[in-house]
Amino acid sequence: MVTNTAGKEPSSQAKLMIKKGLATGFPIVLGYLPVAITYGVLAKQSGLSLVELTLMSILVFAGASQFMGANMIAVGAGTVEIIIATFVLNFRHFVMSLSFMNSLRDIGINWKLPLSLGLTDETFAVSALHTKEAKMEKGPLFYLSIFLTAYFSWVFGSFLGGLIGEVIPERLSDSMGIALYAMFIGLLIPSVKRELKVGLIALIAMLINVLCSQFMTDGWSIVLGTIIGGLSGVYFLKEDKS
Amino acid sequence: MIFMIIIGMSIVTMIPRIIPAFIVDKLQFRDWVNRWLNAIPYAALGALIFPGILTVKPDQPEIGLIGAGVAVGLAYIGLNVILVVAGAILSIFIVSIYI
Repeated sequence: MVTNTAGKEPSSQAKLMIKKGLATGFPIVLGYLPVAITYGVLAKQSGLSLVELTLMSILVFAGASQFMGANMIAVGAGTVEIIIATFVLNFRHFVMSLSFMNSLRDIGINWKLPLSLGLTDETFAVSALHTKEAKMEKGPLFYLSIFLTAYFSWVFGSFLGGLIGEVIPERLSDSMGIALYAMFIGLLIPSVKRELKVGLIALIAMLINVLCSQFMTDGWSIVLGTIIGGLSGVYFLKEDKS
Repeated sequence: MIFMIIIGMSIVTMIPRIIPAFIVDKLQFRDWVNRWLNAIPYAALGALIFPGILTVKPDQPEIGLIGAGVAVGLAYIGLNVILVVAGAILSIFIVSIYI
């Protein structure tokens, strides 16, 4: 889809990008809210105050590691131990960020920097499948809208969970655990329908992840699954762009 | 003490995210590296979905698989991601009443 915006005012292009970003980012809200509320409840039970658990969401903004951090605080793990475990678990974002920033080459560092900070599994998954906006006028606003939508729903959800505790019936909150996985599937399948080899790349990454998770922590096995699975793309994506 | 933990977690999470923003402009990647990086989103999706989805209900991996099946089906017929998510949640909710 090529939108000709030459005749429009710049501000309307900005509005269009923001609107598009909000719509594209909305599924993340749906996935994040239940998970963030659960995190808030769990962190509160782990002994974090409402301020502390919300601050963690504001400053860390990485779901899995926050659950882990709250758990480790609850069992009395050491500060250094928690920080190292967080680094290991979140190192996968380096690989994702490198891939994302490579597709944002046309965008200046003043935009790259704030966007890189908002990178999570979910914002990456959504943004990385929308690469054409990077080349559009006001494209950074598209990504910024996705990231801020995700960020505020995460922070707000954590706060809410810590504030009101377990308001969602257990069976419903259990069912909501599927939300983020369903979102990943909902993002992957349309790409696979367009190009089957994309599904092969994902499949190889899954298998490597399963294999590696027998020997190492989840953090490292996701990193290796992503890197080695992605390496298969060197072969599979050959005809695409030369 | 908890405050120090949070600051530490924040810094070690930020560093891997931010470094690529600085280095990517200074590097010119060969063609195969670009293909590799272009494949990362799909590989990451794969690695994030499986085997993690089996732990949606840790003692009942089949629950996650049912949700996955519903999500794949809904996505395959071309529904919006929001409906895929809602459908998967609903299916698990209904199934968990009977299992």
